[in-house]
Amino acid sequence: MSSVRFEKASRVYPGSDTPAVDALDLEISDGEFMVLVGPSGCGKSTSLRMLAGLEETTSGAIYIGDRDVSDVAPKDRDIAMVFQNYALYPHMSVADNMAFALKMQGVSKDGRLAQVKDVAELLGLQDYLDRKPKELSGGQRQRVAMGRAIVRQPQVFCMDEPLSNLDAKLRVSTRSQIASLQRRLGITTVYVTHDQVEAMTMGDRVAVLKDGVLQQVDVPLSLYDKPANLFVAGFIGSPAMNLLDGKPTEGGADVGGYIVPLDRDTQARTPGRALKVGVRPEHWRIVADDDPGLPVEVTLIEELGADAFLYGSATDTEQSELAEVVARIDPRDPPRKGQSLRLACDPARVLVFDAETGERLTA
Amino acid sequence: MLKAINALLAILAGVGGGFALYLILNWLVERLPGRWEDRIKPYIFIGPAIVFVTIFLVYPALRTAYLSFFDDDGEEFVGLANYVELLAESSFLNALFNNLLWLIVVPAGVVVAGLIVAVLADQLSTRGENTVKSFIFLPMAISFVGASTIWRFVYAFEPEGRAQIGLLNAVWTFFGGDPVAWIQSDSFRLNSFLLMVIMIWLQTGFAMVLLSAAIKNVPTETVEAARIDGASEVQTFFQVVVPQIWSTVITVFVTVLILTLKIFDIIYVMTGGRFNTDVIGNRFITELINFGRDGRASAIVVMLLIAVIPVMIYQVRQFRQMEATR
Repeated sequence: MSSVRFEKASRVYPGSDTPAVDALDLEISDGEFMVLVGPSGCGKSTSLRMLAGLEETTSGAIYIGDRDVSDVAPKDRDIAMVFQNYALYPHMSVADNMAFALKMQGVSKDGRLAQVKDVAELLGLQDYLDRKPKELSGGQRQRVAMGRAIVRQPQVFCMDEPLSNLDAKLRVSTRSQIASLQRRLGITTVYVTHDQVEAMTMGDRVAVLKDGVLQQVDVPLSLYDKPANLFVAGFIGSPAMNLLDGKPTEGGADVGGYIVPLDRDTQARTPGRALKVGVRPEHWRIVADDDPGLPVEVTLIEELGADAFLYGSATDTEQSELAEVVARIDPRDPPRKGQSLRLACDPARVLVFDAETGERLTA
Repeated sequence: MLKAINALLAILAGVGGGFALYLILNWLVERLPGRWEDRIKPYIFIGPAIVFVTIFLVYPALRTAYLSFFDDDGEEFVGLANYVELLAESSFLNALFNNLLWLIVVPAGVVVAGLIVAVLADQLSTRGENTVKSFIFLPMAISFVGASTIWRFVYAFEPEGRAQIGLLNAVWTFFGGDPVAWIQSDSFRLNSFLLMVIMIWLQTGFAMVLLSAAIKNVPTETVEAARIDGASEVQTFFQVVVPQIWSTVITVFVTVLILTLKIFDIIYVMTGGRFNTDVIGNRFITELINFGRDGRASAIVVMLLIAVIPVMIYQVRQFRQMEATR
């Protein structure tokens, strides 16, 4: 077990000008579960493959523990990887798949068998050890891939979207299994996903990437409450945060005539900037028609039982359309579709961003 | 010129005739009332093939087997005498032994050479790979007789003192050796092995194409997984890549094996079976054409046929298994 450190690590593909991963600085402490998340093409998989040694590090360095592994072959890095499509060896039985790394290390046949049996028990694979991968279900294959990684007790686990080939229900249960397994084994894990729910639920910390650049690293709740910039604000959370155009005004931000009150520190930073005012769906409430608020016409009510979401188009004081908004509402007393109402936000939870640079202005 | 036109006409008539035959038969069968059309249609399409296979393959094979029990003119029944006689002759046993050597060395050589080329070409750029592969595939277009003629010059020998026009002797003498009459040196059956090189050279392209396609079909992730699991490049190749292309390796091996069983042209052109290089195919021609011994020639072919059958059965089984697991 070891810590992992990316130091200004970059990857530029031959024939390309823009780096796939641009000077990544990231420290992952011993035993931590780090999730790399971002839209496709953001460089999260490339970063993981650089750590595994499957992609060359063009510049910068990667450390596992105190060892600079930037130029070390994958086989000598002492890491294990779980691939998206599992990459099981189709000609080997489950037991042989799991024992392959041990065999390469020169572990005796009996030693291999004992270790494989232990791990198979841990994952509930005892009855399948003699089968070929082809004879297993998707979920079982996924577990074999996990088992293959666990058996060798590596310094670091690398997981590249290991759940994306499972159906929705299995994905949710496997998600918690992997997270609890990792905590039990205490092996440093780097986990790549495009699914922000997976990222939020599994990671000790989450790193958000976009266009090869690291946007923010933090514990899940901080990402949600204090996104560093517009991209993270829009990416984390489902339904996504409402991001409305606003301009600075006396006492707050003017969003189409609705003045959102802001604290003094934030106000001091706003003058002369175009603003984006961010409101999470759960921070809206429906107010009386003569209270200050944003006029909204309801276009859709989504009832999920525990929650309900209101989708509507907001208009400014001149009745011209402003933006689409989403608000969480009381599921037991929802407004009707087509109804006009007013939404006001919780000023304490509002986030304000610079529309140009994307940076957060709220403390 | 006239010959070329004749050949062209024959091809056109053959292909067009076959096409027309099927069209007409199909048209006829479609006139039949409802259920009869479905019942008869399969036979209409298989029928001509069966007829041709019977006339040109089954009948001659049976006839040959029949003749192998008769004397040189095919008149007097002699029982197993031809077989007994042949199997007692050291020259025939020598040919059998040579054939066995060919059967082991050539398919294995072709598979190994094809694998090496496929793996090495895979490391090149797409363009480089295609160029290299085209060159290595080129010999496939040359007939066995043509190839043998080319290789005669490679192995050519002139007595000492005269200029060596043979490529191999040129290299050999450059490094200080005395010119060698390669084709005549049968110690350790060197000349037989040199002839096998010709066949390997001819067939490597075929093996390369199939094996290269199979290697490209191996999922990259399994190779990456092996590297991460601590396997060296050599271990990855033999323990992860080769097992995944094994069915293709077998297909190539068996196909070349069957081709090798029938080897004749190279021997005929290069040595005519002399210098201890004779094989069954050449022996058959010698018996039939040179000596006019129909019975013995037939017996040789029957023995060859019996040798091929188990290989064929294995190949068909292997093929079915491949289809089943697909």
